[in-house]
Amino acid sequence: MTWDEMSPLLLEATGQTAQMVVWSTLFTVLFGLPLGIALVVTDRGGLLPSPVLNRVLGLVVNLGRSLPFIVLMIAVIPLTRLIVGTTIGTFAAVVPLTLGAAPFFARLVETALREVGRDTVQAAQAMGAGRGTIIGKVLLPEAMPGLVAGLTVTVVALISYSAMAGAIGGGGLGDLAIRYGYQRFETTLMVVTVVVLVVIVQLVQTLGDVVARRLARR
Amino acid sequence: MIDVSGLRKVYRDRGREVVALGGVDLRVREGEIFGVLGQSGAGKSTLLRCVNLLERPTEGTVSVAGQELTALREGELRRARQRIGMIHQHFALLSSRTVAGNVAFPLEVMGVGRAERARRVAELLELVGLADKAGAHPAQLSGGQKQRVGIARALAGNPSVLLSDEATSALDPATTQSILSLLRNLNRELGLTILLITHEMHVVKGICDSVAVMRDGLVEESGAIPELIARPGSRLAAELFPLPRPEAGNVTITFTGQADEPVVSEIVRKFDVDVNILGGVLEEVAGVSAGRLRVRLTGGEREAALDYLTERGLLVEVTP
Repeated sequence: MTWDEMSPLLLEATGQTAQMVVWSTLFTVLFGLPLGIALVVTDRGGLLPSPVLNRVLGLVVNLGRSLPFIVLMIAVIPLTRLIVGTTIGTFAAVVPLTLGAAPFFARLVETALREVGRDTVQAAQAMGAGRGTIIGKVLLPEAMPGLVAGLTVTVVALISYSAMAGAIGGGGLGDLAIRYGYQRFETTLMVVTVVVLVVIVQLVQTLGDVVARRLARR
Repeated sequence: MIDVSGLRKVYRDRGREVVALGGVDLRVREGEIFGVLGQSGAGKSTLLRCVNLLERPTEGTVSVAGQELTALREGELRRARQRIGMIHQHFALLSSRTVAGNVAFPLEVMGVGRAERARRVAELLELVGLADKAGAHPAQLSGGQKQRVGIARALAGNPSVLLSDEATSALDPATTQSILSLLRNLNRELGLTILLITHEMHVVKGICDSVAVMRDGLVEESGAIPELIARPGSRLAAELFPLPRPEAGNVTITFTGQADEPVVSEIVRKFDVDVNILGGVLEEVAGVSAGRLRVRLTGGEREAALDYLTERGLLVEVTP
């Protein structure tokens, strides 16, 4: 394949990957962050201990994390149809991507929030701060470097998951590599795709590292 | 100012009951610095946390400034806590905020407006001598400076009471002294009542007016320091004036404020006794010089000499 033949394919696939990753990142944060907070808050000795809810949430998160992504993607097809209206295409892939990444991100949020010292939380309680204030003004800002690092890992995981979206017609760089590089023996395209993926992951990781480090230096 | 009565705290750990506080009564008078002294595990930290109800006592009541905290609902308790300052061993500052932001935090919790907040923060930082560090982050400060931020933050709500949880235990001796004198000044100038817990005798010696000695979840003795020292068998005195274990017949004389009177030479002259000094310690505590002398008294009118010392207001203990 010549560069002229490859470039429109690459451009389109990169756009699809970007679309899938951006949207699913957004929804992952939307669901994963509250879930992670809930895991910490409802734990024994948390701000609002609730052992039953905590166990249920923990179970849900573990369930989401124990399914291989490719299986999850197929298994949630009915749900995807319910939400998006279709089961194929880039947007249809956002549903399983979010379902796969949100529990993962929730665990990372949980870990980051646990890093905030018990002292710090108790000091805020001693000042008469309520739960909402403690979560919004103590836990989240204090855990911010960890949260950013967790988000970075999640985005990289989403880029990797999105490569499987070809299985449900989601397109993207992974799909391109499989269809052209593997099935049509277009080694050059395969190599280029891999390079593009590596560059994207590097960019995301570097950006995340810089932001996390800047936040942590304070 | 602080009234604690019948306070019990029992933890349940894997079916076993652990008694952290076994019925503690404590009364802290307005304007005094009250120290709770004890080894780690004695229950003093639990006691302090029960005063602002960070820990719910299993039994008993806590009143601060005439308000019974143990009877309050959650919202009321939060408002009451805004009037009780607290400082911590490891400072517990928000690393994501600047010094000014940390001091502003309790004001935000109280719903103080932005302009008023800025004014109050400047005032508080001035008070603790950190006006030039307003824009710094805690990570850039020394331990002593961090504790000053902690103190400024604790004073934000104009509290009548300050609780101090081992506030100087993580600091070096010189810094400890400067923090203790800051606390002493705040106590004098603002009339702030301070309840502090510590395992260090020099903190008690340095700034406390009254003290409670805790052991195994119970208060062994408590009261104003000069009175405590003058009490026979006082544990505080024993720790304050470390002397070797006495032998039978040894006489231990405790002075509180009469250290400048030449009582020993008086009894030698009047009662013709021989005095052999075995050991002695003199300390400045709660504004008075107090001390303890261990002697062997022989010959002459020994009993009369002992009676004379007691008449002079000294505590005389004879080891049986």
